[in-house]
Amino acid sequence: MARFTRHWPLLATAVVLIALYATAAIAYPGFGSWFQFTRFFSDNATLGLAAIGMTFVILSGGIDLSVGAVIALSSMVLAVLMSRLDLSMWSAAPMVLVLGAAFGAFMGGIIQVFRLPPFLVTLAGMFLARGAALLLSDAKRIDMKDIESVRSLSERHIAGFSLAAMVLVAAVVIAAAVLRFTRFGRTVYAIGSDESAARLMGLPVARARVGAYSISGLCAAAGGVVHLIGMQAGDASAAFLLELDAIAAVVIGGTLLAGGRGSVIGTLLGVLILGLITTIPNYQGDLNTWWIKIVIGLLLLAFVLLQRAAQRWTEC
Amino acid sequence: MAHALVEMRGIVKTYPGVRALDAVDFTLRTSEIHALVGENGAGKSTLIRILTGAERRDRGTISLDGAMIEPRTPLAAQRLGIATVYQEVNLIPDLSVAENILLGYEPRSRLGWIGWGAMRERARKVIADMALSVDVSRPLRSCSIAVRQLIAVARAVDQRAKVLVLDEPTSSLDAGETAQLFALMRRLRARGLGIIFITHFLEQVYEVSDRVTILRGGRCAGTHATGELPRLALVSAMLGKTVERAAPPAAVKSPGVAGPRRECLRAADVFRRRAMQPFRLSLYTGEVLGLAGLLGSGRTELARLLFGLDRRDGGQIRINGRLIRRHSPRRAIRAGMAFTPEDRRTAGLIAHLSVRDNIVLALLAARGWAKRLGKQERQAIAERFVRSLSIATPDLRRPVAQLSGGNQQKVILARWLLMEPTILLLDEPTRGIDIGAKEQIESLIDELRARGMAIIFISGELEEVVRVSGRIMVLRDRAVVGELAGAAVSTADVMRRIARPAAEDGHA
Repeated sequence: MARFTRHWPLLATAVVLIALYATAAIAYPGFGSWFQFTRFFSDNATLGLAAIGMTFVILSGGIDLSVGAVIALSSMVLAVLMSRLDLSMWSAAPMVLVLGAAFGAFMGGIIQVFRLPPFLVTLAGMFLARGAALLLSDAKRIDMKDIESVRSLSERHIAGFSLAAMVLVAAVVIAAAVLRFTRFGRTVYAIGSDESAARLMGLPVARARVGAYSISGLCAAAGGVVHLIGMQAGDASAAFLLELDAIAAVVIGGTLLAGGRGSVIGTLLGVLILGLITTIPNYQGDLNTWWIKIVIGLLLLAFVLLQRAAQRWTEC
Repeated sequence: MAHALVEMRGIVKTYPGVRALDAVDFTLRTSEIHALVGENGAGKSTLIRILTGAERRDRGTISLDGAMIEPRTPLAAQRLGIATVYQEVNLIPDLSVAENILLGYEPRSRLGWIGWGAMRERARKVIADMALSVDVSRPLRSCSIAVRQLIAVARAVDQRAKVLVLDEPTSSLDAGETAQLFALMRRLRARGLGIIFITHFLEQVYEVSDRVTILRGGRCAGTHATGELPRLALVSAMLGKTVERAAPPAAVKSPGVAGPRRECLRAADVFRRRAMQPFRLSLYTGEVLGLAGLLGSGRTELARLLFGLDRRDGGQIRINGRLIRRHSPRRAIRAGMAFTPEDRRTAGLIAHLSVRDNIVLALLAARGWAKRLGKQERQAIAERFVRSLSIATPDLRRPVAQLSGGNQQKVILARWLLMEPTILLLDEPTRGIDIGAKEQIESLIDELRARGMAIIFISGELEEVVRVSGRIMVLRDRAVVGELAGAAVSTADVMRRIARPAAEDGHA
């Protein structure tokens, strides 16, 4: 029973996802196809990666508003490295990932050392990264269609899953394992649940916090790489306000915005729900996209209320 | 044979303006439960904070097992084997019981991965070892405060703590839970642990402790074998006066009352779980009813229940004969009740507003925003109260924050009096104010009483309660244990009533 109540926000998310999918699959021919199924993962890989990183940060009791900008910056840096400096994907991509992780660690360090609100520090990070992305090139976009490695990567599929989709699934598995089976992962939960208790228990609070932001930066950078491959371009205005979608996906996935409770699996479900809803207009041409926003808004509200109810239920 | 486990010698700690600890000696032996008692400001928490590394001492030495120690942080103290379980349990509510016991010490594979099976197994063993029964995979959040406390103890014990400090662990536990904790404490004592037990409950001191150290005003007022210390001696030591020397009541109480006396407040079998045992209370117009008891005895809890600040779990409250079903402060105020809480900062004084505006604030709120009060009217009202309560302020526009504590207290009183209450609940109205202001407030209380107001007066100072009140209800361990009335009541009578063992309650 205790186990059931513990997981029921996650179950609720799964039920909503399955119900939505089943309804749409019945209503629209082609929606339930394998092709469309794999598309959900490919199309939302960038959002999904950002949301995984966001899950770490939110679990630790923080927030990261910089992820959209870091995605754009990463795609631009990668484009510059490859097109101007002629580096290969295999040498340039790791650099970009390290850069993203370092940027996250930098923000996390400032939050930890100066006890600043994560909202403000990562807001500053957002402006910094977006500005830097624009600064890198006079053109807001660097076309990569001519580079062979990018094109071949974008065309590679296994069982219908694109490279982006596979990266997303791998990231979910790794992140879930890290959160569940490492001391770092448990400390992330602990500081989000009760930081002062975590400190008194002798847990490495500072390391876990900086680590969470660093992972968020790393995931956003990976999102930037995936974005570049998918779009075959580096784009300084990419992923605009994507951080808000990521936060929505995390919360819909059952993670408490206050921290301490939630899972990466839930986040993946949340991302898929968002992806599903935004795909529906492709199948029903007369549906105004504003309705999609309204549905997402209502869904988010419903999940927040549900979480509150679940909290009341499990307390005392 | 038990030997000295912890020895604290000549501990001195000074805060700006206060000497919190003045050369305190304290010794904890192995295999003993050592109660630490004292009133507010006695220095208990400072002493414990120094031992557990949360605070640095100015002077003195601490040794553990004969070796000098210098714990600089709670974590360092824990590593030395000094674990503390606070009233507010410091565990992670969102993680499982097993993790909370082993967090930071989880069994891990060679690659550093946490072995959940092994962890649960070990946690189960720790739990069983202490004769507890808790499902270790439950989230801690779903456990009661009592169980959380036991788990915190389990964690400390599993980390080989030699010294266990329990800081008021029983204050939110019911009788059954307390018994469970005590059983665990005795089991740990048998294993050789030294346990420091801080409590406000006298009964519990006698029930579970081997020795007791009394602190008073930053000094050690004695360490005794609990069984050899009469209750009265313990209470005397805590309050710092002997029964023989207790001051006779001064004659503030003038008997004259305007109008006939009638019952204006009645509580029948009112109680709140974990806060207050069922009690009866009748309050009459033109009287001051004092509530006396040690810190934590339930004085404030009783007043909060009467005012509707805390929801009662049962019983009836009648105000002026009318049964109050759904009680709330708003309802209480409308029925003519006023309450000044013990903490002035939370009493709603707005520090930067002027004396005048603070006085008329509640009246403005009560009248609603539509009916404005003219500036001259406000001035007149404020002047009247400043004069009648002799509030010492150079002018009415002075921000209230610049007034002394006593005068701030008077401003709060003025505000309530402006609402013309019939029942006034005063919780520690004289705490932290100087003697002159204290006398003024005491005589003001008597004046209000003479005009027919019904007043409940709470004070930690027994003399004051005896001086001001016509009738005194004595509280101990969250229950009303007696009532004393008449001009001949002395502080000694009250102290005897507080010290009387629970078994003798009811035999008047």
